[in-house]
Amino acid sequence: MKILVCISKTPDTTSKISFVNNGKEFNSEGIQYIMNPYDEWYALVRAVELKEKNGGSVTVINVGDVSSEIVIRKALAIGADDAIRVDVSPESSLQVAKEIAAHASGYDLVLTGKETIDYNGAEVGAMLAELLDLPYVSFAFKLEKEGDNWLVSREVEGGTETLKVGGPIVLSAAKGMAEQRIPNMQGIMMAKKKPLNVVASIGAEKGSVVASHEMPPAKSGVKMIAPDDMDTLVKLLHEEAKVI
Amino acid sequence: MSVLIAVEPVNGTINKGGFELATFARLTADQLGTEANALVLGNASNAGELGKYGIHTVHTLQHPNLEVFDSQVYSKVIAQAAKQLGANIVVVRHTANGKSILGRLAILMSADAVSGVNAAPQAGSVFTVSKSVYSGKAIAHYQLSSNTKVLSLMGNALQPQFLGQEVNPQAISLEVGNPKLQLVSRETETGHVPLPEAEKVVSAGRGMKGPENWGIVEELAAALGATTACSRPVADTGWRPHHEHVGQTGVAIRPNLYIAIGISGAIQHLAGVNNSKTIVVINKDPEAPFFKAADYGVVGDLFEVVPRLTEAVKKFKNA
Ligand SMILES: Cc1cc2nc3c(=O)[nH]c(=O)nc-3n(C[C@H](O)[C@H](O)[C@H](O)COP(=O)(O)OP(=O)(O)OC[C@H]3O[C@@H](n4cnc5c(N)ncnc54)[C@H](O)[C@@H]3O)c2cc1C
Repeated sequence: MKILVCISKTPDTTSKISFVNNGKEFNSEGIQYIMNPYDEWYALVRAVELKEKNGGSVTVINVGDVSSEIVIRKALAIGADDAIRVDVSPESSLQVAKEIAAHASGYDLVLTGKETIDYNGAEVGAMLAELLDLPYVSFAFKLEKEGDNWLVSREVEGGTETLKVGGPIVLSAAKGMAEQRIPNMQGIMMAKKKPLNVVASIGAEKGSVVASHEMPPAKSGVKMIAPDDMDTLVKLLHEEAKVI
Repeated sequence: MSVLIAVEPVNGTINKGGFELATFARLTADQLGTEANALVLGNASNAGELGKYGIHTVHTLQHPNLEVFDSQVYSKVIAQAAKQLGANIVVVRHTANGKSILGRLAILMSADAVSGVNAAPQAGSVFTVSKSVYSGKAIAHYQLSSNTKVLSLMGNALQPQFLGQEVNPQAISLEVGNPKLQLVSRETETGHVPLPEAEKVVSAGRGMKGPENWGIVEELAAALGATTACSRPVADTGWRPHHEHVGQTGVAIRPNLYIAIGISGAIQHLAGVNNSKTIVVINKDPEAPFFKAADYGVVGDLFEVVPRLTEAVKKFKNA
């Protein structure tokens, strides 16, 4: 079984977000980067588990400049066998999907996280599936191999559903799929020797890109209410906030 | 040139999310001097009501192949409808299904795509839409230059508005492919509004001490007609189900009212909830970071404050 996992680099979850150049550019000063949690905790770990159970290989792919290599090495330390880095700093989901599609044929399973925690787009998986003309299951929280089929459970509006589909497929992974794995010393040592192939970009088009950013309006300040006066809170929620 | 919304009924009816979509499409169409139409995929008893929210023509399509949601089948049908109806802007909801349609449509229609749009397009010469990014820590503006555009609309991004009259839905005939996905089973959670759509959310954290204490949270939620949620450690330790976990790595929500009980307000928690219109924080620690993000704060022991709040809500509702 050949599995491809798409990983991206995102600011650490504790990062203070700000912008420079009139809101056009992300201010990366002092920002620590991590592997997008959904890609790491759910997509990658499940891929490694499936490989351990059924044999095969796990390749990770990242579209990014050399600064991504730290998260790629981490993916190799967690258990991926080899890696591809498409050497370009991406500006849109479309660009990422097209660059990945150029390297994504021949896999039985292509995994992404359900979304990235920076642009929260949840677009790459669906775009990739369309470019590869494959079925796509999004927001999957369970994935099992059953003979020639995949058995997938996913979140839908107002519940969950379980689906059966023959491979190959593209799938986006959500919470429940696997448990986070901390790479061990041996994994980290081995990761240094695993192949990381840097390939040139195909120069994919970008489509829509962000024109500018702004910060959300600040709260005007908290109103404190005495803990024994909940009638006042209810009154404020009704009359002032108009939410009940 | 026109705007088309693709609406997926839930359990045989179009819900509020569908009406938000209709309102968004109409506001967009008005700006561009065109009309907004709808394609309803599957059976909906209230399809004609989309007219009230500004939809000009409601096209309905029923087909056995639409019974299982296969994004490949759905996207091809929507792209076909857009072509047939001359629509250059297609809008879907930002739900699990909507998101998987959006990316495919972007490719199929060679369109500019923006997911999770959070307000009607800004007036101006260039088509500009905004979305919340960095899990709510910032807002990004997109200027779309391509004539063809596909968007997904965030739930609760705007209130449905009455902009027209109920209409008679018309059946449309489109080619529907065979799904490759086969439905094995479906579990519906009934009795409460799913978190991303909920207008009121009562959420609790580690301050609750243990799962056996959740009764007071559920009673407050019931009194308000709210959906329950929790912080990540609460879901991770199995006190509450995973689907209740809100925050940066859980569900991102933007209800009108978010009540946080015994939650400290860590940056990753705030990221998923700080778009809520009104935030109430109940915490015994006056230094809890959540108070900085709150509109109303109560410093006190939640085991005393929450039942008191429930009583006050009941009293208000009965008055
Ligand atoms: C990569 C990453 C991603 C994360 N993603 C998320 C996420 O998506 N969502 C999320 O929630 N967290 C997330 N976290 C975890 C986050 O950092 C916090 O650890 C978590 O939100 C804390 O949960 P809590 O507020 O319930 O618990 P605590 O921080 O332990 O807070 C408990 C609060 O309860 C109060 N309290 C205690 N007893 C009482 C009482 N009797 N009456 C009133 N108040 C009381 C305390 O004063 C305290 O403020 C993430 C962390 C990481 C590293």
